[in-house]
Amino acid sequence: MKISYFPGCTLKTMAKDFEDSALASASCLGIELVELPRWNCCGTVYSLTSDDLIHQVAPIRNLIRVKEQEDNRVVTLCSMCYHTLKRANKLVREDKEKLDKLNNLMYREDVKYDGEIEVLHLLEILKNEVSFNQIAKKVKIPLKELKVAPYYGCLLLRPPEIGLDDAENPTILKDFLESIGAEVIDYPYQTECCASYHTVVNIDLVVERAHDILSSAIKQGAEAIVLSCPLCGFNLDNRQKEIKEKFSDFKGIPVFYFTQLLALSLGLDEKVCGFELNFVDPRPLLKSKHLIGGV
Amino acid sequence: MSRIGVFVCHCGLNIAGTVDVEKAAKFISNYPGVIYATDYVYMCSDPGQDMIKEVVKEKKLDGIVVAACSPTMHEVTFRNTVASVGLNPYRCEIANIREQCSWVHQDNKEIATEKAVQIIEATVEKLKLDKSLVPLSIPITKKALVIGGGIAGIQASLDIADSGYEVVLVEKNQSIGGHMLQLSETFPTLDCPQCIATPKMVQVGQHSKIKLLAYSEVEEVSGYVGNFKVKIRRKASFVDWDKCTGCGLCIEKCPVKVLSEFDEFLAKRKAIYTLFPQAVPNKPVIDSNNCLYFTKGKCRACEKNCSVEAINFEQKDSFIEEDVGAIIVATGYDLMDKAEIGEYGYGKYEDVIDGLQAERVLAPAGPTNGIPYRPSDGKIPKEVVFIQCVGSRDPEHYYPYCSKVCCMYTVKQAMLYKHAVPDGQAYVFYMDIRCNGKGYEEFLQRGIEEDRILYIRGRVSKIFKDGDKIEVWGADTLTGRKIEISADMVVLAMAMVPSQGVKKLTEKLRLATDEYGFLTEAHPKLRPVESLTAGCFLAGAAQAPKDIPETVAQASGAASKVLSLFSQDVFYHEPIIGSVDEEVCVGCGNCVSICAYDAVELDLATKVAKVNPALCEGCGACSAACPSGAMQQNNFGKRQIFEMVDAFAKS
Repeated sequence: MKISYFPGCTLKTMAKDFEDSALASASCLGIELVELPRWNCCGTVYSLTSDDLIHQVAPIRNLIRVKEQEDNRVVTLCSMCYHTLKRANKLVREDKEKLDKLNNLMYREDVKYDGEIEVLHLLEILKNEVSFNQIAKKVKIPLKELKVAPYYGCLLLRPPEIGLDDAENPTILKDFLESIGAEVIDYPYQTECCASYHTVVNIDLVVERAHDILSSAIKQGAEAIVLSCPLCGFNLDNRQKEIKEKFSDFKGIPVFYFTQLLALSLGLDEKVCGFELNFVDPRPLLKSKHLIGGV
Repeated sequence: MSRIGVFVCHCGLNIAGTVDVEKAAKFISNYPGVIYATDYVYMCSDPGQDMIKEVVKEKKLDGIVVAACSPTMHEVTFRNTVASVGLNPYRCEIANIREQCSWVHQDNKEIATEKAVQIIEATVEKLKLDKSLVPLSIPITKKALVIGGGIAGIQASLDIADSGYEVVLVEKNQSIGGHMLQLSETFPTLDCPQCIATPKMVQVGQHSKIKLLAYSEVEEVSGYVGNFKVKIRRKASFVDWDKCTGCGLCIEKCPVKVLSEFDEFLAKRKAIYTLFPQAVPNKPVIDSNNCLYFTKGKCRACEKNCSVEAINFEQKDSFIEEDVGAIIVATGYDLMDKAEIGEYGYGKYEDVIDGLQAERVLAPAGPTNGIPYRPSDGKIPKEVVFIQCVGSRDPEHYYPYCSKVCCMYTVKQAMLYKHAVPDGQAYVFYMDIRCNGKGYEEFLQRGIEEDRILYIRGRVSKIFKDGDKIEVWGADTLTGRKIEISADMVVLAMAMVPSQGVKKLTEKLRLATDEYGFLTEAHPKLRPVESLTAGCFLAGAAQAPKDIPETVAQASGAASKVLSLFSQDVFYHEPIIGSVDEEVCVGCGNCVSICAYDAVELDLATKVAKVNPALCEGCGACSAACPSGAMQQNNFGKRQIFEMVDAFAKS
């Protein structure tokens, strides 16, 4: 199965491990993710201002790229790209006038957008088209005894009309993690916000929130966090440096992209997981569980 | 040639300020068929009406047009006026030159006058073809059906029966009493519902004019006002209630324990059970889903221990039919299921309970005799959080309406909790506090000042379990701060919704409901206890969320409407209804399918449509749907409409 793939900027830089592990795992599961030519920024933060149409040009232009590929679907990995593209898509599907205006703004494009593209997250493809049962059958190294806490953050789930699962009681990551054999930890903070872009100007706030989230998971017995958003990843993983400075008793916990664990469980080469990009090195944990080689 | 009189009203300056009434009257007096026209300052006043009477007599008029306000205001007035001097009231027409002319054309008097004349001319054309109609008289069966034996149904039944008319009271549970009997105490006086409701229940049980059909449901309804036929299903209780003495030995000996609906699943009952000790009738039923004999074919302990041989495992549902003249629907409410609320845990935490469960927890006759406890481990909770408006006033997710009683019962529950656990803390999260009944605001202040209930203005975003605590995250919107409370128990004031099964009943009764399933009243202000179906009346929370005083008042209101219907020997029905020209009708059935009142049927013998005049409400849908023109509304015939259009079009 071939499907258009929108990477987004972080996936090419800080979250290269996310992309590499996702592409390799998808290919192992029979899905070819075909990167869109000439993709641009997703728009990053969906603009809630009602007369701020210029901010919707970026996401809609990406959907025009998909249409040019004669595909009717596009897959994202980053939760924020997913949110921004899907929400802009919903806006123009429901407001013909705004769609016309956007098309007029992009009059030099060869095709006009008509709301026909479906925006999907890789998790949805895994759940609905591959199915978690099938994944379970292809798992070579079940992640037995690895206690993982799924972390959804906001943008995969909210607002409910955009989210890919129940905003209050999501299960998609849990179901996924169980299919690759991991032991899933339930904790109350899995849908709390990571503080997002406050990480640029208000590090203290991010440190506090990340500390609350991680400690709650650790308290419930989690050995690792699993997520799908590079920004959440940055706040929960890289900010552990500042967390340790502020909370001396904080021990640290590795943070994975869900595709890293998928690749691992499918028995793919450890290189595609790019563990060296993780701030908190997960390899000692994985070694202790005999999930990767070495001592 | 007709002898029509036209009376143009000034309505003070309401009409005369814009329309040149004198000119209009003068102009219309030359119109064909009009032999007299005049104007007057207030036509609806006594001198105005007297003038009309004089002119009708003097000029021997055969019809009049009053050019005045909307017919909904004074059509009845003027029809009565002409009837008093011997003219058929349906030969009086109203030309609305106020709402439809003077009020909307205040900026252009000339055009307004011209339009007023046109309206009058068109009305004159209609009047020329108006028939002299006679209202239908329908005999009335002076017996009422009350559906629902909560406090609304009890009150309505007693009011009607005390006035000497027979009542059939149908209740789906094995005892009357409804939700009121589940309550701990009642606001704002804190008297116990058992003390104030059980005397009324006993009266119902003993009243010679009330036929109480407990454990029964309405199966079919046919007929119309004054003449309903009702088929009632008496559900099999597997106990012969005529033999049963209510000794309770069977209940004692039953080995099966299941969660009790009456105790909101917080305590257990037996498989053979009564709802509560003061039940009326105080007779048990066997729950065949849980009874060992029905599930496994053995036991029969109840049968062995019954000295009067009342147990009958072979009993089947039976049906009875009743003829009644009026129906009161008092089917009450349920609480929205807390399992629908994701942010408060989808009902998966035992110690997050709803308002009715809190009533049982606090009830002196509840599972712990009024000592507050939390369901998970039975401990006395020290920190209790009450959350108001759960599901109500939330148009984005659930229901936009206010459930009206939650503000008050939350104060009451918090107060009762504080009385039982003085060192405990009660928090209430609220959006607004709506305590607007008699003595209600004072009750709230007492709760805040004397019982130290802590009110926090804001919503709770999330509830989760942490160890044996329920963590509550919310916001205090007055200080702008985040609030986190480690509570022992949380009470959700869930939205009130119409009771289960009421949808099916409304279909049987052809009653209108709003989009949430609450019954729709005939007019929100002026006919609040009547339904749009003649002869059906509404009482209690089936119409909208209500507290006990308001429910009782509405029940008495509905009963008085029934009594005023029963005070006449016949019921008069408007004759402006559909009528069929049997020569023209081809029996296509369009009118049958379009009728909202089931008033039209195809006559099997003649294959033409037939209108049941008692059911027809005169909406006119059938005559619009009729392709051949056979179906015509009395005094709104096709020719009349065309003549009116012509009158407008030619000028």
